[in-house]
Amino acid sequence: MCLAIPMKIINIEGTIATAEVDGVTRQARLDLIPEAGIGDFVLIHAGLAISRLDPEDAAATLALLREMADAIQ
Amino acid sequence: MRYSEEFRDRALVQELSRQLGNLAPAPATIMEVCGTHTMSVARFGLKMLLPPGVRLISGPGCPVCVTSQQDLDSFLTLGEHPGVVLTTFGDMVRVPGSRNSLDRQRAAGTDVRIVYSPFDAVDLAQKEPGKHFVFFGVGFETTMPATALAIQTAAAAKLKNFSVFSVHKTMPAALNTLLSSSELQVSGLLLPGHVSAIVGAASYDFIPQKFNIPGAVTGFEPLDILLGIEAILIQLRNGHIHVANTYKRAVSATANPKAQRVLQEVFNSSDAEWRGLGVIPESGVSIQPGYADFDARLRFAEILKNVPPPQKTPCRCGEILRGILPPPDCPLFGTTCTPSQPFGPCMVSSEGACAAAYRFG
Repeated sequence: MCLAIPMKIINIEGTIATAEVDGVTRQARLDLIPEAGIGDFVLIHAGLAISRLDPEDAAATLALLREMADAIQ
Repeated sequence: MRYSEEFRDRALVQELSRQLGNLAPAPATIMEVCGTHTMSVARFGLKMLLPPGVRLISGPGCPVCVTSQQDLDSFLTLGEHPGVVLTTFGDMVRVPGSRNSLDRQRAAGTDVRIVYSPFDAVDLAQKEPGKHFVFFGVGFETTMPATALAIQTAAAAKLKNFSVFSVHKTMPAALNTLLSSSELQVSGLLLPGHVSAIVGAASYDFIPQKFNIPGAVTGFEPLDILLGIEAILIQLRNGHIHVANTYKRAVSATANPKAQRVLQEVFNSSDAEWRGLGVIPESGVSIQPGYADFDARLRFAEILKNVPPPQKTPCRCGEILRGILPPPDCPLFGTTCTPSQPFGPCMVSSEGACAAAYRFG
């Protein structure tokens, strides 16, 4: 039940964001992460954005994995 | 970056799986605490990618599963009251109570509405002022801020026909109880990524400090889960036991301050009854006196005090939630208890250990 879906914010009105992934849109409240802006990816759970996903951390994790794989091959 | 497909990259998954083989010289039992992890592990077939001797077991992190029979019976009883509408997340509707389930009670005439969020329940209350809408507040810290904000929204709108029956539970207290028991032997814990987005990774520091058990805050894609397992195996090998954060794109060390504030405004820490674990001190929440009008337990206290004690069933969900009974070892599993005719909550919820074991083996 703690499933939260990464979605991209495409619009914000007050504290309510409209977010989209794969053509599906949802509304979510931004009370917990008011700093989130249009274009950001956020995790949405039960109508609430619970975290703004950090592109640098995500890229760093993937880069580390790729380096590890390359080093072995 | 879409934060999903990238973390399912087949070549990287295979490479990481191969790496795990080099890291696991001894057997290790790792508990995936969160039901959403249980579901991901089953769905992506990750158990097949683990080295021999490394075993994953499911823990108490399925909120539907740990909701006590008494709490479910009480919520169902509220629906018998004229003018009351029960609102709930869809996961809960087929869980059998002592006498009924939400879907059977709906078939018998109770007004039950499935909502995607507690805000939807508040919207319903605004649109239908002649009825009273009770929201079943199920879930861990991930879900609690939404319920708290829904209560504040209802208060700001001066709604008189909305309340919450809270069975929310907090994860660190349950882990402390589980690990304090001698019956569970685990080598490490995959810690729930989305609970951690609210409470912060540092909330679990007591696990290495008090129990000398490694942990890893873990995301939900295949690479995330393998990275969490890798972090635990590395700690077991080098003896530097701590809580690793392998889900940094979503989780920081500290709690979300806005979430902490709204939780403190609306809720008080209280004891809670868990299916399988019993009453755990300070592992649940009650609604603050300032929001008493929105507390279904107070509002309907007269009705609730007459709810009979729950009936005992042969379901062994309790032992499964404590990680001491593998689902196929329950005599009901796959015979009288299946996803289409579930006997207990661990088979009803798609995140339950029994449902995952039944569907994916």
